[in-house]
Amino acid sequence: MSQKNRLQSGGRIDRSKPLTFTYNGKQYEGFAGDTLASALLANGVDLIGRSFKYSRPRGIVAAGAEEPNAVMQLGATEATQVPNVRATQQELFSGLVSSSTNGWPSVDNDVMGLVGKVGGKMMPPGFYYKTFMFPQSMWETYETFIRKAAGLGRSPKEYDPDIYDKVNQHADVVVVGAGPAGLLAAQTAARGGARVIIADEQNEFGGSLLSSKESVDGKAAHAWVASVVKELEANENVTVLPRSTVNGYHDHNFLTIHERLTDHVADRAPNGQVRQRYHRVRAKWVVLATGAHERPLVFGNNDVPGCMVANAVSTYINRYGVVPGNELVLMTTNDNAYRTAIDWHDAGRKVQAIVDTRKNPTGALVEAARERGITVIAGSAVIDVQGSKRVTGVSVAPISEDGSKVTGSVKKLSADTVASSGGWSPVIHLSCHTGSKPVWNEEVLGFLPGKTVQKQLTAGAINGTFNTAGALEEGKKAGLEALEKLGLSAVEVAVPATTEQKESKPMALFHVPHTKPTSQAPKQFVDYQNDVTAAGIELACREGFESIEHVKRYTAMGFGTDQGKLGNINGMAVAAKVLNQSIPETGTTIFRPNYTPITFGAIAGRDCGDLFDPERYSAMHKWHLEHGAKFEDVGQWKRPWYFPKAGESMQQALDRECLATRESIGILDASTLGKIDIQGKDAREFLGRVYSNAWAKLPVGKCRYGLMLKEDGMVFDDGVTSCLAENHFLMTTTSGGAATVLTWLEFYHQTEWPELEVYFTSVTDHWATMTISGPNSRKLLEELTDADVSKDSFKFMDWKPMTVAGVPARVFRISFTGELSFEINVQANYGLHVWEKLFEHGEKYDLTPYGTETMHILRAEKGFIIAGQDTDGSVHPYDLGMGWAVSMNKPFSFIGKRGMQREDCVRSDRKQMVGIKTIDPNIVLPEGAQGVFDPTAPIPMPMVGHISSSYWSACLGRSIALGFVKGGLDKMGEKVYYPLVDGRIVEAEICSPIFLDPKGERQNV
Amino acid sequence: MFYIYCPYCGEHREEEEFHSHGQAHIERPADPDSCTDEEWGNYMFFRKNPKGIHHEIWVHAAGCRKFFNVTRNTVTYEIKEVYKMGEQPKVVAE
Repeated sequence: MSQKNRLQSGGRIDRSKPLTFTYNGKQYEGFAGDTLASALLANGVDLIGRSFKYSRPRGIVAAGAEEPNAVMQLGATEATQVPNVRATQQELFSGLVSSSTNGWPSVDNDVMGLVGKVGGKMMPPGFYYKTFMFPQSMWETYETFIRKAAGLGRSPKEYDPDIYDKVNQHADVVVVGAGPAGLLAAQTAARGGARVIIADEQNEFGGSLLSSKESVDGKAAHAWVASVVKELEANENVTVLPRSTVNGYHDHNFLTIHERLTDHVADRAPNGQVRQRYHRVRAKWVVLATGAHERPLVFGNNDVPGCMVANAVSTYINRYGVVPGNELVLMTTNDNAYRTAIDWHDAGRKVQAIVDTRKNPTGALVEAARERGITVIAGSAVIDVQGSKRVTGVSVAPISEDGSKVTGSVKKLSADTVASSGGWSPVIHLSCHTGSKPVWNEEVLGFLPGKTVQKQLTAGAINGTFNTAGALEEGKKAGLEALEKLGLSAVEVAVPATTEQKESKPMALFHVPHTKPTSQAPKQFVDYQNDVTAAGIELACREGFESIEHVKRYTAMGFGTDQGKLGNINGMAVAAKVLNQSIPETGTTIFRPNYTPITFGAIAGRDCGDLFDPERYSAMHKWHLEHGAKFEDVGQWKRPWYFPKAGESMQQALDRECLATRESIGILDASTLGKIDIQGKDAREFLGRVYSNAWAKLPVGKCRYGLMLKEDGMVFDDGVTSCLAENHFLMTTTSGGAATVLTWLEFYHQTEWPELEVYFTSVTDHWATMTISGPNSRKLLEELTDADVSKDSFKFMDWKPMTVAGVPARVFRISFTGELSFEINVQANYGLHVWEKLFEHGEKYDLTPYGTETMHILRAEKGFIIAGQDTDGSVHPYDLGMGWAVSMNKPFSFIGKRGMQREDCVRSDRKQMVGIKTIDPNIVLPEGAQGVFDPTAPIPMPMVGHISSSYWSACLGRSIALGFVKGGLDKMGEKVYYPLVDGRIVEAEICSPIFLDPKGERQNV
Repeated sequence: MFYIYCPYCGEHREEEEFHSHGQAHIERPADPDSCTDEEWGNYMFFRKNPKGIHHEIWVHAAGCRKFFNVTRNTVTYEIKEVYKMGEQPKVVAE
């Protein structure tokens, strides 16, 4: 029989639009307007999962974001799988495919259930800590099993086909929640001319009014809601966001809103539409009108399917036309929940009894129930229920006036549904996100938003104002207050009349007593999703976990996707009782973003694939692609790594590139080097302060290599700076360090030496840089320029402006390979042209393009460092054997000078950079290998320094390495050993880092 | 995420445009060479970590590239004031 629990009429569903959906492989039918949860209940599906730890059967408990059990896996295809979807918040659509996420091998026939049954006592809080700790080697085995047994869904194994968007917005007022309070706040603020965003997580605005039978403004509540929504939508200053959860409230009134645009339409967004949108909103004022969640009571076996929160039952009846059972027992501490029994009765099904924990319940709602002939059992409680996969009956017993103990004999009633209400907890989650500590209110019997530094207003049930009239009044007040703070004038807004009955005082009861002590009573669940029981919390407290934050972590209360929305207050009440203190003394845990789970798609937006991070290309990138370059990422740059010819291995390509350069001529695209243009009359003085060497006498037309140090004396960047004119320099930095160096220069200029007149501009992208290197490089350059580039008129470390290939160029005679070398800089737009001209003329010299890897080998043969590879923030210039680049007698105490004179920096046994030659020339040491002096020393051997650069040198026909050795500069010729992970110990000799042409004759030609 | 007023641009901008540069008002010793190791160590390494009012340097990295000072409450994350380099804070810890 289909939809056996569906009423013939009523509710906000469209019975003319049936929808077919699948749950655990079986087809069901629901109606447009249903949620997955209401449709399942309509079909009489009781069982929607197994519990996390004990694997007990679980059913739907709530009707909104607070639902702990009905957490579903959605998706018709592998690519559209979505875990952690609350069935209570998922709107039904035709073709929806869902499955329960707990239960193995299936919900109905669960192997773990046995463990739960047998193991109730065997699985106390901290069970996993206590049990699966030892032996540690077994953890992976345990973990596999635990994951399979527990788990809340799985992620898709295929690429997400949908599109997600992000949008940044500003607003005068963001109203969170579109119940009566939120609607009035938005209406008031909007009428006053404020730019308003109003967001609500549900598909329809109205909040509590959607399932209410009250009238507002003389009409049905939903009709009043519709009229307000219409007004808001017509106002161009108002953004109306349904299906939009304000998930985070961050510093300085920054809100993140997760809007679901098509999740209610189909499995994936139709026709290229955006599936979800992530709003990042900076609000001048925020009105929190987030409402309240009803608290279930904690009693024996309160997790058996059929046990529900009272208001959820009303919601299913009134909003969805679904009565989720036949015989109801309602247990309540307040008048409010009487509505549920009345709704149930009016829907034509049987109310066995209202069990009121108060001695003398009175009031309009109590009378309304009695008038219907409903039995009210006062001063009593449902102490436990019977049944396993569905409630079959309840045990009712009288309790003491303070709710602490059972005072009389137990009576059994038959029932298949138990609705319970322990009052309402204000939804204070967002107000906690910014660090505001909630405050307990004894009147409300709940935590209210505490003091905040945010520009935040609150209205309605979040303040403990649970009646509609009060919520509307507070909504208006918040709207007016926002207008006033914004400097806008007040407006007239009439608060609509309502028809609510007055309610009498509720009783403070959270944990229902049992005839047996808690530890022996049937399990009384506090947190369904994490299987935390009252007995578990009591045990945790007895074991010494007294801080509520510790209790939370030990028992897992409030973890998981529901974040304790239902159970937290009850848990604190249980802990408070054991610790013999009040709830405010016990305190609350703090809620953090996000309020409900959010998809990674929404967080990522379009920042994925090609748009994940910018890629930077040089002007010659196209040529590199056409010539088969393999690329390496250097920062955001894509740099050619090497240029393999057909059939070549990487090593073969590198060998060819190295030999071609040293024998004839190679060319490197060096455009990515950071370039900073420095001008001003104090530019020279400034350089002297930030570099370790001297700049006072560098003449126009000359270049100089410099080391840049931090205040501690350690090298952090290096490069060549050229004097373009008396007050004009061009500094080059490492490719990855360009931005850092520019910030560094600005920092010292702006904060320490603002009196210096000097200006910095990044010109990295303005220039294309190509370095030709090798004995034939001058011949090639001469073919493309009229300038005199001969040995004597264009010396090593000179630069000259000239025309190259018809294009104005700056040519620097500097060398990072040790060969005769020219660095040609042209405007980036001319880069490809000049590069191609060089190849046109260079063919006869076998001009060979090389990439970063060959550059690394060639420079290592010369012992030139790469900052960031051979330095790591712990080496100063003397450690590198580069004392020649330090000028200790400059007048100004340059950055790093004082730092490298510290006691530790002048030790003779510091790790110093040396060359390392393996005794077997064919062994290339792995970079990172650690050296020892005595390979026979017991493990752990004293380590004396690591290999920082290591290559096969085709030019030398052997391996070479640069590395650090304690006191290495004084140990030339001595042995050092490298024990490797594969067990080999490689013997090597300490040598000069300059392996090739130590006198520098090759570049001075 | 902070909403920061750049005193040079004269506008509030999102935190994404800024970088924090650590504690403010640390002056580089005028004559580093005459500092003891301890004095130099204090300059280089020792920083305050107050609970409450703190003065920090921020840079409008994706904006005007200017450094400026921010007085911020490290508990509530309130920004109490921003002021230019060389100026002194009006809001100080008690």
